Amino acid sequence: MSSMEISSLAKENLRKMFSEGKRFDYRGLLDYRDFEVTYDVSNKAEGSARVKLGKTEIVVGIKLTVGAPYPDSKDKGNLMVSGDLLPIASPRYESGPPGFNAIELPRLVDRAIRGSEMIDLKRLVIKEGEKVWTVIIDIYPINDDGNIVDAATIGVIAALKKTFLPTLDSEGNVDYETKTKNKLPLSEETAPLSFSFYKLGDSILLDPTREEEEACDSRITFGISKWEGQYMINSCQKRGEQTLNSEEIAKIMDIIPKKFEELNKKLKKFL
Amino acid sequence: MNNEINETQDYAEVDSKDVPRKIIIPGEVIVTGEDYLPGEGTRREGNSIVAIRFGLAEEMGRVVRVIPIFGAFIPRRNNVIIGRVIDITYAGWLVDIDSASNAFLSIEESPRFINRDEMDQFLAIGEVIAAKIWGIKGKGIDLTLKAKGLGKLEEGFTFRIIPSRVPRVIGREGSMVSLIKEKTGCNIIVGQNGWIWIHGPSLDAQIKARRAIEFVADKVFVSGLTEKVEKWFEEGQK
Amino acid sequence: MAFKRSDGRKLTELRPMIAKVGVVPNADGSALFAFGSTVAIAAVYGPRKLHPQHMQNPATGILRCNYDLLSFSVYDRKRPGPSRRSQEISKVTEWALSPALYLESFPSSVVDVQIYILQADAGTRTAGINAASMALAHAGIPMRDLICSVAVGKNDKEVIIDLTKEEEDYKEGEGSTDFAVAKLANSDEFSLLQLDGKIQPEVVSKAISMAKDACIQIYEIQKKALKDCVEGVQNE
Repeated sequence: MSSMEISSLAKENLRKMFSEGKRFDYRGLLDYRDFEVTYDVSNKAEGSARVKLGKTEIVVGIKLTVGAPYPDSKDKGNLMVSGDLLPIASPRYESGPPGFNAIELPRLVDRAIRGSEMIDLKRLVIKEGEKVWTVIIDIYPINDDGNIVDAATIGVIAALKKTFLPTLDSEGNVDYETKTKNKLPLSEETAPLSFSFYKLGDSILLDPTREEEEACDSRITFGISKWEGQYMINSCQKRGEQTLNSEEIAKIMDIIPKKFEELNKKLKKFL
Repeated sequence: MNNEINETQDYAEVDSKDVPRKIIIPGEVIVTGEDYLPGEGTRREGNSIVAIRFGLAEEMGRVVRVIPIFGAFIPRRNNVIIGRVIDITYAGWLVDIDSASNAFLSIEESPRFINRDEMDQFLAIGEVIAAKIWGIKGKGIDLTLKAKGLGKLEEGFTFRIIPSRVPRVIGREGSMVSLIKEKTGCNIIVGQNGWIWIHGPSLDAQIKARRAIEFVADKVFVSGLTEKVEKWFEEGQK
Repeated sequence: MAFKRSDGRKLTELRPMIAKVGVVPNADGSALFAFGSTVAIAAVYGPRKLHPQHMQNPATGILRCNYDLLSFSVYDRKRPGPSRRSQEISKVTEWALSPALYLESFPSSVVDVQIYILQADAGTRTAGINAASMALAHAGIPMRDLICSVAVGKNDKEVIIDLTKEEEDYKEGEGSTDFAVAKLANSDEFSLLQLDGKIQPEVVSKAISMAKDACIQIYEIQKKALKDCVEGVQNE
């Protein structure tokens, strides 16, 4: 992949293509690339997964540590979502302190997970008010070919589902080398997925490649889950300077349930 | 150390037939014997010719060379490249040519007279050009638009392939790119820096041309590629 | 009683190795290398523009390596961001690889090598160097040779190859010695020599010779992975 920025020519050409519903890989504007999930990226983690969405590849690891609860939520375990855009994954990523994109990715995933209440944090209390489990999710793109937020969320859900608690010895220390058979307390129903809608000109598309993503003017990302049989939006963030009108928002609301079912069904094959 | 290094690159046709080739890695002995001469991508060590690049080894008479199959673009004089304007200075345009240094297009090297007050009307930041490298000094790369077929690219689009696959896309005496032009009705410029410009009669024709080029660029090691591409067009570009 | 390694290997036996080329499609070159459950990936970008400008060398291109552990590659989660340890390893990795490279034809530019450890069970720097060496070749960088790297070491008085974490933590007798080496595959030149522990000067030759034998095996695996990646493209 090149480090050269997209030219005005290439951008204008994509705008024309999208307005006629065309893409270089012959996908429809709302089609996702095929994805696959594998596990056991690291046997040092309590859970880990690798997701490949087209050529985008992301690894996710879950670590569990024991610590004190937050003062304002003494009856709950802690959740922390972290990660970085390591310079291995793209000529665009740079070494050094995390830039805005690196900060935004885990925050978006964090809000989707938290808002869905997929993890029952109340069941992660070891001793109320004193000791709780902290779930630390780390997300690292290995190859960024676009749409990393949606891909990362798939990876996180998969990794969480395959996470096992480590053993606690009598003094309350963690023995990481001995995993228990206890899975994380997760809700079956509410696992969220992310849907990032990208806009170029008047067209709205899903799952862009890096090339398409660079041409787009704005993105709006939704964390979606199901709650008592209904679709729920748990988080939402627009980025970019381009605006959306109410008609476009309504159109997106129409698409969401269909896409959720489609992706969720695909993901279940790997769980 | 008594090693000769030869790293010139002449972009010869890669698809030539009947020349036996094998994949070779750096440090590997390709042939042994006083008679052989080290060509591009090789060095002499004692009696042997040793590869210094990963690629396909080829013997052309006494000369042994390695044709690279991966790697970033290394600018050479007379290369036609496709670049993107990233800045305008008093004297000309700074152009990203997707290599280790930016290139410079002097106002003197534009195809016609340009008033210094109107430089951005001729070429604005973000626009793309097909240009030729006429000089390399240190890290300074100088471009010109003064030759047939060069200039600002105003329609169509650009995309990138691995630069070392460019000779394959061009084909022997331009045969491969001619075939793709003929099958799609598109105009195509292949930059040695791996950037390719396509403009055609319809969006569908342009998409088809790009996919054909990517099909060719993906094939590193096949003989009879022309027939394969013809078949690809016949069988609906799968 | 004869010394027994905890995983039953012979003293001179390497862990099963895996090598794969082309694991990061965005990069100019990339590879994965594993010694047992130690897994390293490396990606090469460049030669490309070097910023900041004052680091540029008009006489040659430079090599810049960055090594780090992914936070979940170890039992005790590693805090993200470079540590003193990772910065030192990045630098010795640079020194281990640069004797193999010809960067004179890329003045003022940089070749960036990014190495990350997905799963750590000792020998991460040597696995990283093996992956990086393949990735550099894959990126088409002119090279004199590949670099092969392995940790040789001791448990008590026994010289052993490719230590696991458990062996690195060995406490009895003379304890554990870890001696990370790298060499040019086809010549007797060592580019990494880094040691912690207790080893008698007269034992070093034995350790070096054991490392050399191991490097022959590592080289074969690297070579095959590079050649297979081309066949792979061909068969698509």
